[in-house]
Amino acid sequence: MSGAEISLAISVFLASAVEAVEAFTIVLAVGSTRGWSSAYRGVAAASLLLACVVGILGPALTVLPIGALRLLVGSLLLIFGLQWLRKAILRAGGAKALHDEAAIYEQEVAAAASIGEERLDSYAFAIAFKAVLLEGLEVAFIVVTLGANQDNVPLAAAAGALAVLCVLTVGLAARAPLARVPENAMKFAVGVLLTSFGIFWGAEGAGVTWPGEEAALGLLVGLVLLASWLMVHEVRSAEGEVGR
Amino acid sequence: MIERVARGVWEFVVGDDWQIALWVVATIATTAAIAAVGWPAWWFAPAATLVILRDSVRRGSPPSSAEGAESD
Repeated sequence: MSGAEISLAISVFLASAVEAVEAFTIVLAVGSTRGWSSAYRGVAAASLLLACVVGILGPALTVLPIGALRLLVGSLLLIFGLQWLRKAILRAGGAKALHDEAAIYEQEVAAAASIGEERLDSYAFAIAFKAVLLEGLEVAFIVVTLGANQDNVPLAAAAGALAVLCVLTVGLAARAPLARVPENAMKFAVGVLLTSFGIFWGAEGAGVTWPGEEAALGLLVGLVLLASWLMVHEVRSAEGEVGR
Repeated sequence: MIERVARGVWEFVVGDDWQIALWVVATIATTAAIAAVGWPAWWFAPAATLVILRDSVRRGSPPSSAEGAESD
């Protein structure tokens, strides 16, 4: 497996695991409060829709010329990655509340318990469907774009599926929100990787030839990581001054 | 229905800081322009990206950090 393939697999695995943890928390809350039957149906319907999205978009993207694909996908990944990284930096710097699965679980349980019995099935179905679809769309986007760019959608899909399987195995064994998963750190790592891939492919699509070719990607990851780490410290300092 | 779908796509792609998307498009366009005239352009996208990120983080940190927890 080449370095680029390892980067692809790690990026997709981490992103998929983060989103799977978020979806699992909501489905667990709704399923254990309202009943599992409708929650499972919601999960199944959303999974089917997501499989269709990947099945249609994946081959469609690979039809594009590689230059146009890299320009389009690189730009989208850069926008997407910067949004993840921005939130991760603000969370790590203390300027934004950390993502807390235990708190989200309690909120969902309270919301599910407050809905009347007559809406039991539709409520559980809709919440489970929405959670899996929304979190899954981000995973599908990352799987399709990263996979298509490296002409290896199967590897990206396998890494995503493995992450979901790991989260489900651990989550179902624990029957509790996966609050101990270092979700914020994982989001930080995914933000760095997506941003680096976005810079690399976006610039390449715009006509740039990278010095060192694929080795430049590793340097970009290091540069983005270092800059993000410095920004976390800058935010922490600013938060400290506001707190005084 | 169409409006909800359009809003969903906007939130999914652009997120909560639309200026990031705007500056990324400008960065890629400028990179293409530099490369088109035959100058070395590899340095521009990394440098511009870090500027975009720092600007966005600064706008999201104090005193506007009172926005608290977002949905994601």
